[in-house]
Amino acid sequence: MAFYVVQFLTGLASAASLFLVASGLSIIFGVTRIVNFAHGAFYMLGAYVAFTLTERFSGALGFWGGMVVAALVVAAVGVLVEMVLLRRIYHSPELFQLLATFGLTLMVEDLVVLIWGPNDLLGRRAPGLKGAVDFFGQNIPSYDLFLIVLGPVVLGILWLLFQRTRWGILVRAATQDRDMVAALGVNQKWLFTSVFAVGVFLAALGGALQIPRDAVNHAMDLRIIVDVFVVVVIGGLGSIIGAFVAAVLVSELNAFGILIFPKISIILVFLVMAAVLIVRPWGLFGKQEAAARRTPGLTVNPWRPLTSGERLAAMVALIVAAALPLVGGNYALTVGSEVAIFVIFAASLHFLMSVGGLASFGHAAYFGLGAYGVALLAKMAGLPMIVCLLLGPLLGCVGAAVFGFFAVQLSGVYFAMLTLAFAQIVWSIAFQWVAVTGGDNGILGVWPEKWVSSASHFYWLSLGVAALVVAALRVMVFSPFGFALRATRDSPLRSEAIGINGKRIQWTAFVIAGTAAGIAGALFAYLKGSVFPDNLGISLSVDALVMVLLGGVETVSGAVVGAIVYKALNIWLVSQTDLSKLVLGGFIVLIVVAFPKGIVGVLETIRNRRRSASSKSALVTSRIETAE
Amino acid sequence: MSVAPILLSVEGLTKSYGGVHAVRGVSFELRAGEILALIGPNGAGKSTCFDMLNGQNVPDSGRINLLGEDTAGKKPRAIWRLGVGRTFQITATFPTMTVRENIQVALVSYGRQLFNLWRSTPGFAKAEAGRLLDLVGMGAYAERPCGELAYGDLKRLELAVALANQPKLLLMDEPTAGMAPRERIELMRLTARIAKEQSIGVLFTEHDMDVVFEHADRIIVLNRGLLIAEGLPEQVRNDPQVRAVYLGGGLMYDARHHEGAAT
Repeated sequence: MAFYVVQFLTGLASAASLFLVASGLSIIFGVTRIVNFAHGAFYMLGAYVAFTLTERFSGALGFWGGMVVAALVVAAVGVLVEMVLLRRIYHSPELFQLLATFGLTLMVEDLVVLIWGPNDLLGRRAPGLKGAVDFFGQNIPSYDLFLIVLGPVVLGILWLLFQRTRWGILVRAATQDRDMVAALGVNQKWLFTSVFAVGVFLAALGGALQIPRDAVNHAMDLRIIVDVFVVVVIGGLGSIIGAFVAAVLVSELNAFGILIFPKISIILVFLVMAAVLIVRPWGLFGKQEAAARRTPGLTVNPWRPLTSGERLAAMVALIVAAALPLVGGNYALTVGSEVAIFVIFAASLHFLMSVGGLASFGHAAYFGLGAYGVALLAKMAGLPMIVCLLLGPLLGCVGAAVFGFFAVQLSGVYFAMLTLAFAQIVWSIAFQWVAVTGGDNGILGVWPEKWVSSASHFYWLSLGVAALVVAALRVMVFSPFGFALRATRDSPLRSEAIGINGKRIQWTAFVIAGTAAGIAGALFAYLKGSVFPDNLGISLSVDALVMVLLGGVETVSGAVVGAIVYKALNIWLVSQTDLSKLVLGGFIVLIVVAFPKGIVGVLETIRNRRRSASSKSALVTSRIETAE
Repeated sequence: MSVAPILLSVEGLTKSYGGVHAVRGVSFELRAGEILALIGPNGAGKSTCFDMLNGQNVPDSGRINLLGEDTAGKKPRAIWRLGVGRTFQITATFPTMTVRENIQVALVSYGRQLFNLWRSTPGFAKAEAGRLLDLVGMGAYAERPCGELAYGDLKRLELAVALANQPKLLLMDEPTAGMAPRERIELMRLTARIAKEQSIGVLFTEHDMDVVFEHADRIIVLNRGLLIAEGLPEQVRNDPQVRAVYLGGGLMYDARHHEGAAT
């Protein structure tokens, strides 16, 4: 019995940090409507800075003072980020905001390694709280008891801050109606900046408080951000009390899950989250958003099918690409195959994200499922390669059918977070179910059969499949189904009023996209000869998002161009520098701020401008466009 | 008029939010080819009533018989399938498509081709789409991006979209809101003409009394959730209860002349 009580208290102690970070995220979202992906990075920075300060200054004052000062320092960094970066993207679509803050996270990860080194750092224990309290023969660290008290205290302080101060009233007003608050003469800029500072302060303090419990390392940002997403989704984005309740719930689930269901402990939390979202899509304490702010697109250029000239150009490009084995060596061909595979992957996400308006942050799950599908069929069932290639992607299809059903019930940031959580579930299964998936060691020896074992043959296979999949997806974009999908994206109200069952359309799109991603994954498994849990990890999901973004979210062929440029650049970059995350992160931020239309989008704009310069009226312009 | 078949019959429609009785026992009928205006001051329950008819809101009690089927609590898309076209107070269209494609999506849905992955939509039922656009005078705009249209044109486009499923009934929520006075008259004349030609029943809510008295065949008046008057425009105009509700009386007929003199 005492053991369970202790376990319960440990859970409560873990909830403190989680609550601090989650409440910070919630407050920032409430006012600025930005889901700050970089929140985990600020948490990590808080821990690192606090580590340095508490090592430098001794004594109780040095320790506790160091923690608070660390949080203040990171909050100052946050203010800088808000003023330099976020102010430029408050009016961007939410996808861009998520990506920009993710780019920031990547940069911080490399910077942290650059400054503090790659090794885990063990911090000091808290002065005065080094011991443990005896509880019926079980030890409870005194520091844990301190954290258990701290959580509700912070909750109380936040409550007072929001209910009893002028600033708090403004923040609550802005949470309900930003425009009205602005119309009443409140300086929005500084309100946003101060809110962001408070949110970041909480995150950094949460990180600093972890020092006596855990080693500080450069991967703690992604670990916490996934937990925090789960907490705010369960509690309800924007609700502080919700963050508290959900933080306790999640921490206790983790504490007891490992005792009761050790095999599925990691996914237990995600199962609860999925359950909550299905019953209450806006979280336990969240409110249903009054008519979600529809972020207008960047352009309103209607899409049109390829003209015969463009179709010819695409064929020529394909033939040129097919001639690569004549000039390139084995390395070039392997890179070429990888690029072709990622073209499929990016095009599949594009279908969901650009055509369907559903930005999945866990698309790698279906890529990885396709890869594991092939690996399992080849290694366990020993099926021939062609059969594996045909059946493997079905695992991605099934995964997309199951997860997609739940995911399309939501939209916007909730959809993004739910897809991310589902991807983490799949990753956890691949990681934990060692008997089948080999866990961290993956499945090795998935080699292609003789007929495609040479680099050139495999390259042609990849290129051919990529061309087929891209062409098929393109046909679907202009098919009645594609239009129904775009209709659902453009105006849910109107599409419902003309008899379109939006959820079913979106679900079907999700399955199509998942299957296409599975095809990419299946080829990838044969290319690498192995599969690992990384094949369904967050970073791969983000790669896909960046490819689509780079090419141009609002264009039809952006994904293809984006995948080629990004993948080539990425492979080159990794060979050139150790700081690839820093460069990549900076690159993402740059695209979002400076070139949100992407490569193809910019080209189209230039072409349209040239065309309107040569003709007088807009009506004539549009006639010419359709005449093509 | 009385020989035309009944399209819509509402009986004892009731809806309350907590302690607020938004709609209390409202009953009325609408016949084919008839243009019926639903009016009332702000907070009278018009929108609630309207939303229950088009499926966006579920009534607490009461019956809605639409084209022979009980539609209370049915989804908007199911009601559309019965042959009900709909326009919104704030236009809802697909801004990233051309004007013609906006119609074509509705035609695709009407032809039950939504899950067709193969055919090319830009060529789908082009003639029919063109016919609908010509009907509302938008033929010249077919290739324009919908996002570029002026508001009045969007309203006309919405009307064409609403006609795509060859409806027997049109539900129009404040069809002329946000339009210039001249555009209002043109849009309502167009609607009335189409309704009479194709024998479509029209139910609309409206704040502009000029539009209401000019175009409605019959008017029903809501106040505080109750139906307080029903009848021909002339009867409603002279109904003392209605006059009392609207700014304590005297508003409608006089105001109309007043406004006319001012402009």
